[in-house]
Order: sequence, then C-alpha cells, then structure tokens
Amino acid sequence: MTAPTHDPLTLSLSVNGETHDVRVPARKLLSDVLRDDLGLTGTHVGCEHGVCGACTVLIDGRPARACLTFAAQMEGHEVTTVEATGRPDALSALQQALHEEHGLQCGFCTPGIVVTFEHYLRENPDPTAEEVRDVLSGNLCRCTGYQNIVAAVLKAAARMRGEAA
Amino acid sequence: MKPAPFTYHRPASLAEALALLRTHGPAAKPIAGGQSLGPMLNMRLARPGHLIDLNDLIELDRVRVKEDMLEIGALTRHHRLANAPEVQRSLPLLGAAAASIGHYAIRQRGTIGGSLAHADPAAQLPLIAVTLGATLVISGPAGTREVAAADFLQSIMTVDLRDGELITALRFPLPVGDRWAFEAFSRRHGDFALVSVALSFARDAEGKIDALRLGLGGVDTVPLRLPEIEARAQGRLADEDTIRDLAAATAAAIAPEDSEQVPAVYRRELAETLVIRAFQSALTREEGA
Repeated sequence: MTAPTHDPLTLSLSVNGETHDVRVPARKLLSDVLRDDLGLTGTHVGCEHGVCGACTVLIDGRPARACLTFAAQMEGHEVTTVEATGRPDALSALQQALHEEHGLQCGFCTPGIVVTFEHYLRENPDPTAEEVRDVLSGNLCRCTGYQNIVAAVLKAAARMRGEAA
Repeated sequence: MKPAPFTYHRPASLAEALALLRTHGPAAKPIAGGQSLGPMLNMRLARPGHLIDLNDLIELDRVRVKEDMLEIGALTRHHRLANAPEVQRSLPLLGAAAASIGHYAIRQRGTIGGSLAHADPAAQLPLIAVTLGATLVISGPAGTREVAAADFLQSIMTVDLRDGELITALRFPLPVGDRWAFEAFSRRHGDFALVSVALSFARDAEGKIDALRLGLGGVDTVPLRLPEIEARAQGRLADEDTIRDLAAATAAAIAPEDSEQVPAVYRRELAETLVIRAFQSALTREEGA
C-alpha cells in the first residue's frame, strides 16, 4: 500500500468544443470545475448527490450528473454544457418553447432540463407526454408544477419534427 | 458536500486495474458509473485513499448472446441494457428492470457490475440476477472464479467480493419462459422500490404454468428467490384462483423488516398485490411484445 498523493492534476478538458487546461485536485467535481475554473456557471449545483438534476451535462453526447463525475475522469471525453445550446438572441427550439409555455420561473432547474431534453429529443423525436414525464422525473422543479415543462417539450418536439405547433 | 482527498488512477486494461487494486489493498475503491459511489464520496460515507476508475475498460461494456446464456459485461450501462436488441429478444425481463432504474441521466452512467457490487437490497439488477439464477464472473489475484448471484449477495451492501477482485461479467442462463413481468412500488417515481417482484414462466399447451422463477426485492436484506412458491405453481392452470393462491402464499412466506415508516404488514400486503399484478401483466402482454 502506497501513501496517497493529493497534488493537483493538470487536465486537458474538452468542453463545448474548446480545449481548456486546468490544474485541479483529483477530488474536484466536474460541476465545480465547470463553474469555478471555466466560468461556465450555467451548470447549476443543487443537491450534489445526483437527485435534483440541475447539474446535468452531456458526456460524449449523453446526459450525466456533473456532481457525480470528477473532472479528472473527463480527459479524452467531450463535455457539453447548457452554454452550447442557443443564445439569448437565438434560442433553441426547446428554449423558445419553454419561454412561450412558461416552463420556468426561477430558472434554477432549467439548464439541467434543457440539456437532458436536447439529447432526449434526438433519441426520441416523437415522445408521448408519459415518456416526457418519465424522463422529466430526473429533474426537480419547485416552481412550475411540471405541467408547462411537459407542454414545452412536446411543443419543441413537434417543431423540431417540422410540424406546426 | 465535497469528497475527501484521494489519488486518482485510470487503468487502461483489466490487468492494470487488478494490479492497482492489489497494490493499494483496502485503501482502493473501484468506480464505474459512480451513481451510487459518487453520492457516498460526496457525503464522505466512503473515503478511499485511491480511486480506481474502470471507465476505460471498454471491453467490459458488452452484451453477447451465447448458445445457452446471455453474457453482460460488468461495465454495461443500464440504458444500453434497457435498449439492446439482444436483451429484448432473449431476456426482456432484464431490459424492463434496467429501464426502471433511477432516472434517464442515471441510467446513462450506472453499470450492472456496479449495481451488483453495491448490493442495495431494493435494487433492480440484483433481484433479476437472483431470480433468473445468474452467475457472476469475478477476476482477482487468484485468477477467475464464478459465483451464483444468490451466494454473492450476502446482506445489505455486503457481497462476496474479496480484496483485489473485480466483477467482469454476469451470465444469465437461457432460455427462460416467454411470460415475464417486473412490478415495483415506490413512493416517488424513480425512488428505490419498497417492494419489487420479478417473475418469468412458460405455459404449456393447456395453459399450465411451467418453470416459474419468482423473486422479491425489498422484503429482506438481499433479494429473495422463492423456490417453494415456484414448486407450488408447477403444472397449475394460470387462472385467477391460482394467481391469488400463489400471491397469498408468497406473502405468508416472507418476513420483512418492521419499521415505523414501513410496517411489515404493509410490505407483506404490497408483496401480495404486486405478485398478482405481475402474473396479470405477464399473462396479458402480447406475444413477442
């Protein structure tokens, strides 16, 4: 058994298509590195044990909790955060639908929901309301009561399929 | 809530991972999907000196149908298990149980090997492994060994995994009966179930039950398979009377823990109801669906 070493690691991280070099301890969570070291504060930190979904990012294109991931694990993987989705003057179809349907109030949970469903709607472009609810169960929202989020996801899905909605 | 300091290791092969485990002994902890270990690290319920990241061992992320078994690599994620055509064709019960784990994002990361090693008494995959008589393949300092899931799971979060060992695969015997169901009750969607029931059986030409496999989660420190109920079902017509009799016998056969939050009588009633639902669901599902 050898003594642990706790020196910071030098990591090369690929986030939203850009490479960032950071020097962080091995125990530093991906959520904290995104926010503190890279200034990407769209990834929100809620429960820090994988329940609330606010820190959800994409790892190699698939949703994952940034609070259950260490930045050190992400070398060689592609991380995508909510900052890669839309811009204030050019919202994504999902963001636009959330806006129109009042799918957010305080906005704390919204980044995790946007990231999760940007991926889910690519995997399942024509979901039922029940399927949307099942996926949405992984993101806690204390403002909306969820109804408007479900409506927004269905609206965005219809638009992304090219149907009027 | 931040983890205690640890040294991070990222082995590129199974051999390297096993060597690291041997070098660092009890101070080492392997991490796969991290969906259970992550919270334990964040809450400092686990404080390993060395974290051995298994995620580069992609050879352990595989689903393979062999002649008489379905072999699932330990690093196979729940989402893949829930959607793999090989699983849906040969063992849809396993896929359905995997699809019910936690939440969408959790299923993208969580692995079957991790679920078995963590051994939460209410978890889905240990229940399916016990119910269907799966075998774990384990590599370690003494080579490779196989152990039945029912022997591997010893108690709450306690398993037959010795220092330096890693689960590399699960083997589910094939074929199983084409009637199956997984039923679970939890207070909130995505929570661990209070009680869960897995069953599979075949029906002969006269509609009689053959080769029932029945397992219950959440009623003991480990998932329970109930051979006496399986024997009681053999050769009986799968009708309402039989189902109710088997459900009542199941409830009588278990001795769940009694707590203020979840009284034993409540768990027993849940078990009876879920067994009835499971049979009904198994019998009404369209062939091939």
